[in-house]
Amino acid sequence: MKIVADHDRCRGAGQCVFSAPDLFDQSDEDGTVIVLDDHPPPESHARARRAARLCPNSVIRIIENPEPAHP
Amino acid sequence: MSTTESSPVVLPTHRTCPFDPPQEYALLREHEPVARLAFPDGKTGWLLTRHEDVRALLADERFSSDRARASSPVGRPLRPEEMEARPGMFLSKDPPEHTRYRRMVTRYFTVRRMRALAPRIEEIVTDRLDAMERSGPPVDLVRTFTLPIPSLVICELLGVPYADRDRFQRWTSTMLRLDVSAGEMLAARDALYAYMGDLVSAKREHPDDALLSSLIAANAAEGAQAPLTDEELTGIGLLLLVAGHETTANMLALGTYALLSHPAQSRMLREHPELAERAVEELLRYLSIAQFGAVRVALEDVEIAGRRIRAGETVVAALAAANRDPEQFPGPDELDLTREPSHHVAFGHGVHQCLGQQLARVEMQIALPALLRRFPTLRLAVPPERIPMRDDMFIYGVHELPLTWEE
Ligand code: HEM
Ligand code: SF4
Repeated sequence: MKIVADHDRCRGAGQCVFSAPDLFDQSDEDGTVIVLDDHPPPESHARARRAARLCPNSVIRIIENPEPAHP
Repeated sequence: MSTTESSPVVLPTHRTCPFDPPQEYALLREHEPVARLAFPDGKTGWLLTRHEDVRALLADERFSSDRARASSPVGRPLRPEEMEARPGMFLSKDPPEHTRYRRMVTRYFTVRRMRALAPRIEEIVTDRLDAMERSGPPVDLVRTFTLPIPSLVICELLGVPYADRDRFQRWTSTMLRLDVSAGEMLAARDALYAYMGDLVSAKREHPDDALLSSLIAANAAEGAQAPLTDEELTGIGLLLLVAGHETTANMLALGTYALLSHPAQSRMLREHPELAERAVEELLRYLSIAQFGAVRVALEDVEIAGRRIRAGETVVAALAAANRDPEQFPGPDELDLTREPSHHVAFGHGVHQCLGQQLARVEMQIALPALLRRFPTLRLAVPPERIPMRDDMFIYGVHELPLTWEE
């Protein structure tokens, strides 16, 4: 799984940090989302999906089967 | 979907149960989820009652939050001077103006910052519980507990003197009343603006370490782009103060009333305070205190669920109806504190989704279990029909909550 955040759309409602504090934080500068772990371990996948679903601005996108990165 | 055009409905406001939204909502959601709505000013617009449609509307930037263009679904028709959104009032602004303001204040309301307030909120809650115990039963929970807690918290956060609470609480509650005359409404609003304007000037002279001063300092810093004017700072301060106390106060009071009316549920929360997080989400969903919903205006023609909304028409997203949509919440009319957290819209959705939601959550998660634990025998001191409900306010709840307990 890979997590991508469309930072420009974020309005800092904090739903993501509320659902998955291990994966997301908010910047001290403007309160917008910071992805702490964009390749979360399997035990965090459910919470990552929940964060994506709850985000009021569709900021968080979950790519379930990312292409392996080029070397 | 019906093909015949039924006549417009008026916004349902009559409740048969104090905790349930008006019954008409369930029928509309099932039979006419995008319904024609007649407004008090004589115009016609739309009422959305399905969870899916409400979310889609609030996330759609082709709809504006500009109050000056919208009709109000309840109360008397407003005069233009009552509707204008002043500088800084970002609840009623659209992007990019909205974005600019919201970005400046969001950092003060992050999950981390709000959780860091927990020890202080616990102190305030304990202090109020002690005061209740000292005075002995019966007490009005609104005056002794539910209004003081969020008022004190937002005062400390903003840097507003708590000693001024009688004045700003009175002006706020006037502004949130449905039946208030234009004269009274404008007088309360002007008084609040004057008060907040003076406070902003005072903070410029004598800064403290709270939000208003910090916002002033950030804008005065060298290199600050397009710094906020005093008028804008006043608008922002006023929005935060008004939105920050009545809302949470009513969730606490109505939440307590709902818990006391569901003894098995309150026992569960008393015995398992770790349920607080879920319980609070469920109470927010179940009670949906923003009772007349969120209002938007179409900026262009838009189709929603097969109906054509025309540019300029007002659309009301019935948050209370969406939060009882059986498609989204199985057994929606049941209060179930263990319910799997889902996507309620009690705080709205989209770019305007409540800025203060994490603060409200921390306050409720601390205050409600603490109250139940301190007074295990807590109950209504009057019959339910004597509890004055806030049918007449933009934010639903109780005007008073007389409670008693065994000492
Ligand atoms: C349980 C308590 C609360 C409820 C149910 C609630 C509900 C809401 C709702 C439904 C909206 C969206 C309105 C719309 O889309 O038109 C909103 C916005 C807002 N709320 Fe709350 N609120 C609560 C507590 C608070 C608190 C404690 C604050 C503290 C500062 C606050 C500040 C705001 C602000 C500033 C906005 C405007 C956000 C924007 O336009 O970007 N609210 N609230
Ligand atoms: S939930 Fe969405 S809008 Fe809110 S902070 Fe997280 S990414 Fe940003």
